[in-house]
Order: sequence, then structure tokens, then C-alpha cells
Amino acid sequence: MKFLDEYRDAEVAAAYARALEHLTMRPWTIMEVCGGQTHTIVKFGVDALLPREITLVHGPGCPVCVTPVELLDKAMEIASRPEVILCSFGDMLRVPGSARDLFSVKATGADVRVVYSPLEAVGLAQENPAREVVFFAVGFETTAPANGMAVIQAHRLGLRNFSLLTAHVLVPPAMEAILSSRSNRVQGFLAPGHVCTVVGFSDYERIAERYRVPIVVTGFEPTDILQGLHMCIKQLEEGRATVENQYSRSVRREGNTAAQAVIRDVFRVCHRRWRGLGEIPQSGLALQEKYSSFDAETRFGMAGPVKAESSECQSGLILQGALRPEGCPAFGSRCTPERPLGAPMVSSEGACAAYYRYRLSAAENPGPATRQNPPVPPFGKGGQGGDFETRQSVQ
Amino acid sequence: MPDAEEFALSCPIPIDQYPRIVMAHGGGGTLMHQLISGMFRPAFGNLLLDAGHDGAVFPLTGERLAFTTDSYVVHPLFFPGGDIGTLAVNGTVNDLAMCGARPLYLSAGFILEEGLSMDTLWRVVCSMARAAEAARVQVVTGDTKVVDKGKGDGIFITTTGVGVIRHALSITPSSVRPGDLVLLSGDIGRHGIAVMSVREGLAFEGAIESDCAPLADLVASLLEAGIEIHCLRDLTRGGLAGALVEIARDGGGAVSIEERVIPICEAVQGACEMLGLDPLYVANEGRFIAFVPPGAAEPALTIMRAHPLAASACVIGRVAGEPPGLVTTKSPIGTTRIVQMLSGEQLPRIC
Repeated sequence: MKFLDEYRDAEVAAAYARALEHLTMRPWTIMEVCGGQTHTIVKFGVDALLPREITLVHGPGCPVCVTPVELLDKAMEIASRPEVILCSFGDMLRVPGSARDLFSVKATGADVRVVYSPLEAVGLAQENPAREVVFFAVGFETTAPANGMAVIQAHRLGLRNFSLLTAHVLVPPAMEAILSSRSNRVQGFLAPGHVCTVVGFSDYERIAERYRVPIVVTGFEPTDILQGLHMCIKQLEEGRATVENQYSRSVRREGNTAAQAVIRDVFRVCHRRWRGLGEIPQSGLALQEKYSSFDAETRFGMAGPVKAESSECQSGLILQGALRPEGCPAFGSRCTPERPLGAPMVSSEGACAAYYRYRLSAAENPGPATRQNPPVPPFGKGGQGGDFETRQSVQ
Repeated sequence: MPDAEEFALSCPIPIDQYPRIVMAHGGGGTLMHQLISGMFRPAFGNLLLDAGHDGAVFPLTGERLAFTTDSYVVHPLFFPGGDIGTLAVNGTVNDLAMCGARPLYLSAGFILEEGLSMDTLWRVVCSMARAAEAARVQVVTGDTKVVDKGKGDGIFITTTGVGVIRHALSITPSSVRPGDLVLLSGDIGRHGIAVMSVREGLAFEGAIESDCAPLADLVASLLEAGIEIHCLRDLTRGGLAGALVEIARDGGGAVSIEERVIPICEAVQGACEMLGLDPLYVANEGRFIAFVPPGAAEPALTIMRAHPLAASACVIGRVAGEPPGLVTTKSPIGTTRIVQMLSGEQLPRIC
């Protein structure tokens, strides 16, 4: 298929692999931020083509994985109300909250619907004036403009039965949290191409300069990843730390300014808890005051307590790149897609799901595609994260 | 009637998993297989059921018969390339064909929802009649039930089929041998994308039609030519990946395929890319895989390619002995990964 096959070409991939072999002199640890990139790496076995010196660690860029348990529980509580139609992207349905998932809630009679666009939810609100339609707004900067448009549209239509349960998160604060950790080993980033398509990459230039870390805005196909890695390693080997744009067929420095205007109009930046990571300051989006009537949390009066996460789930370490999925003792045994302990095992962008789906454990398949990278020590002494605020204040 | 306790039956699925049926239990993936292996097989246990094939094959007064059943629920009832009626006939015809049988008779059970338009039912029944004629089977018995409005989705159909086997081959997963080649009859993913595009109102460039078709004629022409077929499986809900994993597991072989050679039309590929779906797991209703010894592959492909339903038939992989039950694929960039069965249906991604 045009515009696709050329980015999955075996010869091009092999050429990049040779170039990386030639270029790489020292060991480097690179984090790909986005879960979509993680899936490409694992599905296509991109890491199997890399020289031993390069260690890839998987980042926190899976919106489903980082949505905190209490928000999932709220979504399920809201969905259980007879007047409510809860709309969600399909990804969220199998993610476990503290006791159940949205699939199970649906099975008890709740009206949970999978939508492909937030505007579908607005349409449902128009068609069902006697029902409350709640859209579970999950995602990074990528989905925020469309979700914002839904609010603007509902506002224009004067809808009083539409609201958003907002779980939006932002990439740069999470990268900074990882970089400010004392035990951080990430030396370069592949930044998420689709997030940057929306917001551009000037924020990333500040991070590259402040933390002296190279950042390459990268796409999602195998040769995108390989080219992004080549650009990143080249900077590291040459002692440079700037932002470069591998994904220039989609990303401009200033991003999509019309989409940014929608985000600014509808949302404000807020503190947000990330599942497995704890609270990261200024890392989320909440509705602006003028749209507060569309806030499902206020509408349904749900200031619930912060829920404890499964003590067995190591998703905090996974999402920081400090633990590889197959290094988790529960992986593939007590935690499977059929019975997940945490979100990374069921989200289509989750690292654990990628390893479960495309890899065997090292014991079962010692082939090159499953080569184990050395274990990375966890952040801080707490292990599961959660103390980013204090680490940031060190800066 | 004795109750479950008297039989000392206990529910073998741990209730802390899913205490209620969720949609994924019908998705053709691991949750459905959990239900089959954990509940249905132990309860009904017998050798014919344990064969794990698309239908049961058994001798009866000198003839070998194949017997199968399937229920059809689809929303919407009509989609590009077919409707619930064509599915209900072709699906069961295909299950019989996959046993190597010539389909003879079908039963049809209708569960109709109160308020269904008579015109809609008539259109479905006419489709079934046309499909039965095309597949050369007769619908010889049936049943009708009506449920209260809101308790059905318009029409549910169950068809049961009987076919006769007129060859000496044992076409079943356990006949698969190391060295066998895996043939695929055509491009994949059309049915799933066609249904999804009308269900979700997604408009893709170039209408994608379901591949829904009866496969019995095609299989019969392979058998009549004396092709040594070891196993057949039509690709349904779990897609190509689901079918491969089932046969690898039930037959105890290891299957390796090459993704690059699997035919997928551009419209399906484009739709999958946009929705974040892997075409290996998208549903089909008129495609099958055949496991044949290496020497039989070329003659089989010649016959298949001469048939309108398998013009793009090709070899997609081969069987090895070890490790049993494992399916692997060579990726387009030359690396190897495993192919797993999904829990249920694929869910479109967020971004």
C-alpha cells in the first residue's frame, strides 16, 4: 500500500540497521515515549535489528494505561446510572478499575457504547434528550482537539445532557518527571509524532536544552523508528542535545495552530494523577471554567477518594521504562489479557500487551527478537513512583 | 430432571474472572475458547467434540457424515455483499465443507423480535433461499420463535447442517504434519471491514464488500482431483490468526507464516490502518486455509486459482514440529514474532 509499504521495507530497514551498527560506539539508552511506537518496535521486531549497545526502554505514552483507577471507577459508577449512556473509545472497555471493567458493567445492563469519534457522543445526546450522555475523554494532546470540538459543538447546540469525564494528560511534564528522577537512565527520546503534529515541538526544545538530552520527533512505522534512532544516536555520539524532526511528513515546529486554539479554548492545564506514576504537576487538562457545566465529575458529584492500585501490578515501573514487561513476575502468569492486573496488559498501546501478543518469554524463545536488555533500576527507592513532585522541586 | 448438584457439576471458570458473560466471550478469541474448553467440553465430553473441528464427523450405516451448527447474530442485518440470511446458509455450508463434506441438508431456527417488519424477514428468507440454491443444499426443517420487543436484535438465526463425506481422507487438525504447507484461498478482512463500515457509519473510499460465499464447491473440486488435504479451516470471527492458532494448538504443530505474502486489498488495509486493527484478526466469511503436503501445494493452487472464489490463492506458510502449538510470522522487515489469539474482538484504538 502506498505511503505504508515504503516505511516497512526490509532493505531500507537493513540499511538503517547497518548504519546504526557503524554509528554506535558507546552504550545508549533511548526511550520511545508513545505506546504506538512501542507496539511497532515489538510487533515488527525493530529492536532485534539494533546493535547491542542500544537499549530501548518503553515510555509512559499509553493514555489508557496512565488513566488513574479512581477515574475508571468513576466512569463505571456513572455508567451504572440508568439515565446515563457512557461513550468511550473501545480501548478503555477492558481496563480494570479497582474491582471490575467497563465490559462487566455493560454486562450488568449499563448502557456503555464504543464510539469512534467524540462527535458521535454529541449526536447521541441530541438523539436522546431524556438521557445523560457522558463521553470518557481519554488521551494525550492528540485527542484533546477533537474532544474539545465536541464540547464546543455541544455548547453551540445548547445541549444540557452532554458531559465529558476528562482524563487528558500531557507528554512534556511526564518526560520531565522521568528526566528529573535521580535514577534516570534515559539518555535520548523518540518523541511522539502524533502529539507533535498537534502541538509542535517548541516545548521539547526547552526540555532538550534544560536536561541536555537529544529528542527526535519520530513517526510510527518501522523505518521511522530506525531513522529516529539513527538521528538520536548521532546526536549522542556527537555530544549534541537538540530537537530534530524525523516525522517531517506530518509535523511542523509550530504544530497545528487551529487545533491548539481549540485546546486552549476548552481546556486548562491542571495537576493530574497518572496510574502507576502518581501525581505529576501541570500534567493534565481539565475543562475551562466557562465549560464547567460539561464536566461529568461536577455533574454527578463524584469527588471520590484516591484508590489504591493492585499492589502486584508493576505498571508504574513499566511506564517509566524501569522494568521490562517480561521482567515482571506476574507477566503471562497471574497477569494476562484475559485477567489483567493493570492497564498495560489490555490497552492496544500498552507495553505488556505488546510483549504478550508478539513475544514469548525469554525462556520459551531465546531467539534474537526476544533479546533481553539489562534490567534498569527503578526510580527512587519507593520503586513504584508517586513522588515526582518532590523530585521536580530539586531542579 | 436432575439438577446440576446431583451431577456434581461445578462451574470450572473461576468466578473472579468474569462472573457474567461479556461480549468478548463471543468474539472467537481466548475468552470464547475458555468457555468451550472450561465449560462446554467438560460438560458434554466425547471424542467427536474433543476433535475440536468445525463439525463432527462420524460413520452411519456405511456412510461418513459431517454434522455442524452455528448461530448468526449480526448488526446491521444487511451489509455490502450479504446479509444475515446469506451468512446463515454459507457459514454452516462452509463448516461442513471444512470437514471435507458435501453439504446436503440444513435446518433453520429463527428467533424473531416482536415488531420486526415482515418485509425485512422476507428479504432475509429470499437471501437464504438463493444462497441455499447456490450452495446446492436444501433447508429441510426449521423452527420459529418470537421474543418480546427489546429482547432480540431483529433476527437471530441458527442453522444446523448435515453433509456426506465421499473420500477416505481424515481432514482434521490432528492430520497436520511437519512439512505441510499452508494455503490461503484469497485476500483477508473484507467481511469484518464491510460490516464495521455500515455499523459505524464509516465511509471508506471504494465500497468494501463482504467476502461471504459458499466454499463447498471449491473444496469438492480439490477432493475430486485427489489432492491430499490434511486440514481445512474457514476464517471467521477470529480471522486468519485465530484459525492458525486453533489448528496449531489442536494439531500440535508449529506454524510459521510470512506476513508479506498474505493478500489484503488496499481498501481493507487502509481501513485497518486508520482504525488500528490488525487484518490478521479481522473477520472473513468466504476464505479458508488448507494444510497440504508440499507435493500437493502446486496442483491445489492451480485448481483454486481457476475458481472465482480463490483467484489469489497462495502459500502463506509451513508447519514444523516444534514448538507445538506455536504460530510465528516473519514481519515485513524480516524479523520474527509470535501470533497469538486475541481475548475477544479487536477494539479500535484511541489515537
